[in-house]
Amino acid sequence: MSNSDHAWVVRFENVGLRYGLGPEVLQDVSFGLSPGSFHFLLGASGAGKSSLLRLMYLALKPSRGLISLFDRDIATTPRRLLPELRRRIGVVFQDFRLLNHLSAFDNVALPLRVAGVREQEVEKNVTELLSWVGLKEHLQAKPPTLSGGQQQRVAIARAVIARPKLLLADEPTGNVDDNMALRLMHLFAQLNKLGTTIVIATHNEAMVERMGFPCLQLEDGALHISGAQDQPMEADDDGSESEEPFVLTAMPGNARYGSEGRS
Amino acid sequence: MFARRSDLALEQDGHSRFLPWLIAFMVFLAVLALAGTFILNGLVATWDHNMSGTMTVQLPAADQPKKNQANVNKVLKILRDTPGIQSARAVTSGEMMGLLEPWLGRAASLADLPLPQLIDVTLTPGGDVQVKALAKRLDAAVPHANIDDHRVWLAKFLRLIRTVQIIALSVLILIGLATVGTVIFTTRTGLAVHQEAIEVLHLIGAQDSYIARQFATRAMVLALRGGLFGLAIAIPTLIALGILSAAMKAGTMPVLTMGVDEWIMIGILPFITAFLAMMTARFTVLRSLAKML
Repeated sequence: MSNSDHAWVVRFENVGLRYGLGPEVLQDVSFGLSPGSFHFLLGASGAGKSSLLRLMYLALKPSRGLISLFDRDIATTPRRLLPELRRRIGVVFQDFRLLNHLSAFDNVALPLRVAGVREQEVEKNVTELLSWVGLKEHLQAKPPTLSGGQQQRVAIARAVIARPKLLLADEPTGNVDDNMALRLMHLFAQLNKLGTTIVIATHNEAMVERMGFPCLQLEDGALHISGAQDQPMEADDDGSESEEPFVLTAMPGNARYGSEGRS
Repeated sequence: MFARRSDLALEQDGHSRFLPWLIAFMVFLAVLALAGTFILNGLVATWDHNMSGTMTVQLPAADQPKKNQANVNKVLKILRDTPGIQSARAVTSGEMMGLLEPWLGRAASLADLPLPQLIDVTLTPGGDVQVKALAKRLDAAVPHANIDDHRVWLAKFLRLIRTVQIIALSVLILIGLATVGTVIFTTRTGLAVHQEAIEVLHLIGAQDSYIARQFATRAMVLALRGGLFGLAIAIPTLIALGILSAAMKAGTMPVLTMGVDEWIMIGILPFITAFLAMMTARFTVLRSLAKML
């Protein structure tokens, strides 16, 4: 982790986190994620997986230690520059956090709209992506009228619509059947192939085994790394290439949003 | 400045429904206060202009009309020879009748009354008349002749009007502060109600200004709606007051009227209020969001 010449998407150095005056939920966490890497984040309930993700998507400040995102030290980055960093991060929240008064379409469109993407492009890409995740008939449905699995797909679509450089997902396949879970995992794998760094917190060991990506294991607030580090994995090693076309046609793969270029 | 669309369901907020009514009431009061200030300005200007360049000399009534006329001529000569006096003329009996009519009625006959003789004096603009020395000379010529230069009365009157104007402007400022306070309260409640949605927008990379714009636009729309309603009620009230004052018109009381520019000022009051509400909401949201990471 000390290779200073290496470009990191995420880098944690001796990060500790405590809520208020409570005990440290994360202790001396140090790791780095290279561009295009794919990791599962494992750990028992309460091990600090969500806290670690919250630190990564800039919802929390660490109590100590250093966090860099896209080679920017968060502690010294002016607040006004943080939205630009956040736009490079897609998040699938464990509880989805969809806006109930907005339609599925408008929920997914949010990241593009806050980035100032033209409405014509928003319309095209959001419709395409929602169709791909099987919600073509529910574009105008409000989240409360959707099932848990459908809501989860809307949440995932919202996280990936702007083609983030870093995708963080907290139990993204918890509410969908195995078939859809696999389909969504392939979506993540395809994004990964396009250069997105991915961290997925999950309890689904079968899925972890099947995908074969390295794991970040949280245990009692400390982080252990297993599997090959910093190597972007080939998602199709397990022979799932046959389903390939879905992502790239559905994902706004050729589009560029906002001012930042996509690799 | 204006949001094209709203990601937060601000228009469904129950807590902001009272805002237009409150703003309507505020604008109604503000229009009355402002109109009051303008009308008093008009009165001050009229009275100041009419009175500061004049004096009145009053001669006691003599026993015989002939002596009366002689006294008048004596005084007129002295006045016309005094530097700083542009002109002097005796008030005719017809004019005296007009002045007394509101009190004594048409039937009164001047001949039956021992009325003092009045001389209307116009001062040279910028000229400096030594009122005390002149009074002495007049008294020597016609005993008990006295000069009324209106200044003391006018100064007291102007001071009173200015005080009333300051009070009216203070009321206007208080109304503005109350409006700001109301908008701050409504916006803070809105921030609390929509905290979850705001956090989501924040985390997906919305700038603070993107979120603030939605609150600011909403506050502006509500304030404009209320402000226009307040104005719509205030204008007939002002017109009614104008008609009432015209009906009560007495000799010294000018009609309560306002100029076109003053009507325009009153007309833009709802827009100023809407702007104030918009900026207040914007800064309230920005201040609140600045506490987030």
